[in-house]
Amino acid sequence: MSARDNDWDGVRLHVVTGKGGTGKTTVAGALALALASHGGNVLLMEVEGRQGIAQLFDSPPLPYGERKIAVGLASGPRPGGDVYALAADPEEALLEYLAMFYNLRHAGQALTKLGVVDFVTTLAPGLRDVLLIGKAAEAARRRKRQRHVYDAVVMDAPPTGRIGRFLNVATEISGLARVGPIRGHADTVQSVVRSPQTAVHFVTVLEEMPVQETLDGIAELHDQAHGGLQVGGIMINMMRPEVLSEAELAAARDGTLDSDELAMGLKAAGLDDSRPLAVDLAADLAEHACAVELQRSERRRLAAAGQPRYDLPLIPDGMDLAGLYRLAAELRRQGAA
Amino acid sequence: MDAGRTDRYRRLDTDRLADDPRTRIIVCCGSGGVGKTTVAAAVGLRAAERGRRVVVLTVDPARRLAQSMGLTSLDNTPRPVEGVDTAAGGSLHAMMLDMKRTFDEIVEAHSDPDRATQILANPFYQSLSSSFAGTQEYMAMEKLGQLRRAEEWDLIVVDTPPSRSALDFLDAPQRLGRFLDGRLIRVLTAPAKVGGRAYLKVLNTGFSLVTGVLTKVLGAQVLRDVQTFVTALDTMFGGFRERADYTYRLLQTPGTAFLVIAAPEPDALREASYFVERLSRDRMPLAGLIVNRVHRARAGRLSAARSLAAAETLQNGNGGRSADEDGDDGPPTGYPERYPLAEAALRLHAERMQLRTRERRLAEVFIAAHPSVPMVEIPARPEDVHDLAGLRAIGESLAGEDPATQSAAQAHG
Repeated sequence: MSARDNDWDGVRLHVVTGKGGTGKTTVAGALALALASHGGNVLLMEVEGRQGIAQLFDSPPLPYGERKIAVGLASGPRPGGDVYALAADPEEALLEYLAMFYNLRHAGQALTKLGVVDFVTTLAPGLRDVLLIGKAAEAARRRKRQRHVYDAVVMDAPPTGRIGRFLNVATEISGLARVGPIRGHADTVQSVVRSPQTAVHFVTVLEEMPVQETLDGIAELHDQAHGGLQVGGIMINMMRPEVLSEAELAAARDGTLDSDELAMGLKAAGLDDSRPLAVDLAADLAEHACAVELQRSERRRLAAAGQPRYDLPLIPDGMDLAGLYRLAAELRRQGAA
Repeated sequence: MDAGRTDRYRRLDTDRLADDPRTRIIVCCGSGGVGKTTVAAAVGLRAAERGRRVVVLTVDPARRLAQSMGLTSLDNTPRPVEGVDTAAGGSLHAMMLDMKRTFDEIVEAHSDPDRATQILANPFYQSLSSSFAGTQEYMAMEKLGQLRRAEEWDLIVVDTPPSRSALDFLDAPQRLGRFLDGRLIRVLTAPAKVGGRAYLKVLNTGFSLVTGVLTKVLGAQVLRDVQTFVTALDTMFGGFRERADYTYRLLQTPGTAFLVIAAPEPDALREASYFVERLSRDRMPLAGLIVNRVHRARAGRLSAARSLAAAETLQNGNGGRSADEDGDDGPPTGYPERYPLAEAALRLHAERMQLRTRERRLAEVFIAAHPSVPMVEIPARPEDVHDLAGLRAIGESLAGEDPATQSAAQAHG
């Protein structure tokens, strides 16, 4: 991939965050499918123990281990690469870390029983985060026969409110461990996260609080303390199509819609009872116009952040695999992958 | 259509709950992003304006409650909320939890000044008190217990921390209590008690394994910090667990009511199900489920399919605006056609009905599994709530006083 064919060429670790309820996991899944459309394999990873990926892909709960979960979006006649999924678990990540660096795997059970694993992974959140991000960084850099195993790693990360702290592992750890092995590990992980190989994408919907949290999150990442973190795109999820003209929107907002015209139209469409129906629909339209107005002002606020934006449509009858591929195609078409 | 089927649920009457003088604590719980904070504030405001002396405790680090109550700052002490109608004799206070300060206060209350200073300065304590995932939950419970003991309020409304799982609120305090009180801590304190490095000789394999690993992973300095902290905290052992147990029992008393809040989304309702099952297993008093931000269509009598068919009739027969093959409307292209407005209205209605049908289907799954749990819906609003008027409107929706809800209900009935 020498030609720059998407906005995030060169990024190997895509961190996807968003306020709860904005569809963060869904967008992370769609992004993984889209990234795999270039033919390479992609790892989709979750870190919060929610088994959100399994639910999204309608598969049984995932074990701690990388397994194929879907085929990436096709690119014309060319099939996509494979998408692998991993439900990262801090306990397993710790035991793996111990095995990898200290040859201590056999001690795992005893440690679990004594509460050490609980201690390290639950009570000291900085440690837990280092282990989880460390796992993602390792997968992003893993090579087999001189080639990267994964073209990209997509992480379904903690929500926007916690993302700065989550990614700022080295600083978090330094409060606890100024020197020592875990500190060294944290510094290595941090250097991957702060390199141009990592981008943090924000998922939002066009409502006030999610947009505010997105802007706050971006500002936090831009902030000195977290310097070097690359802010990625803003994925605007669940966009409703705009069905009214500007004049109609204005009229609906002011309550001056021509309800006679509406009633006549309904009648022409063969609907009975067109008059009361027109009254109800006009009230819905007024509400819709108000929502559109708000969405536009939220959109302007997001535009001010200066990051690339991608629009993803609402799938009104519920998210399924078909909908997920549709979102993936949108991301690809708009240059996010 | 399935329009009538969800009517079989028992309607949750939040007014009756909040008006009842025996109700002393209302806990609002649910997964992140479902509008817990707003609902908690709305329930508190309505109860206050109906005559109760209410305090709302929010644990969310975002200043959401502050925004929605028109306040610029909240801290660890309850502040009166301006603009509340006190004609019925009630009042409303609100506070935001400062978890580190609450933790500091427990330490200060349970140890002499020198020892307190020593603990507060310990790096491990600082990490634990400001970032441990369970500290927030523990301190929320602690604060709740304090407010309850103060007997200054008739009703405490608690908004639970924004954890990934609603269950964390119940489990985390005991986890912290168990840790501070537990075996690992005892193992770790053992050496300090026998003094210095002498521990190397006295210890069992468990201890050497633990310290060995902790030293390898964390480094010797962290281990020393932990040991110093634990030793300084020695006098408070037992206290943490006891306090967590006290609040846990408080939650089981009949004066407490749990409101489970969910959005009409699969994830949120699945969490709500887990929580409802857990509450019943732990004999915690569940009041009911609030499904927040439900979409509605006023003309529920016109199905999505008929509406879409009618829109297509207009489009084909009357030269309406163009649409692409998927049926998605682009921006309007041609004017003037004969009934573009009606066509747009019908398409919008069809979309709303689809969404509504899907949300009802999700709610039905919940009702089928938990038929005895009372439920109420709050319609989605076009704009966010950030003032008392907005909170009042939500309170009215909860009570079924919202005119739009009524017409929608009639349409479905």
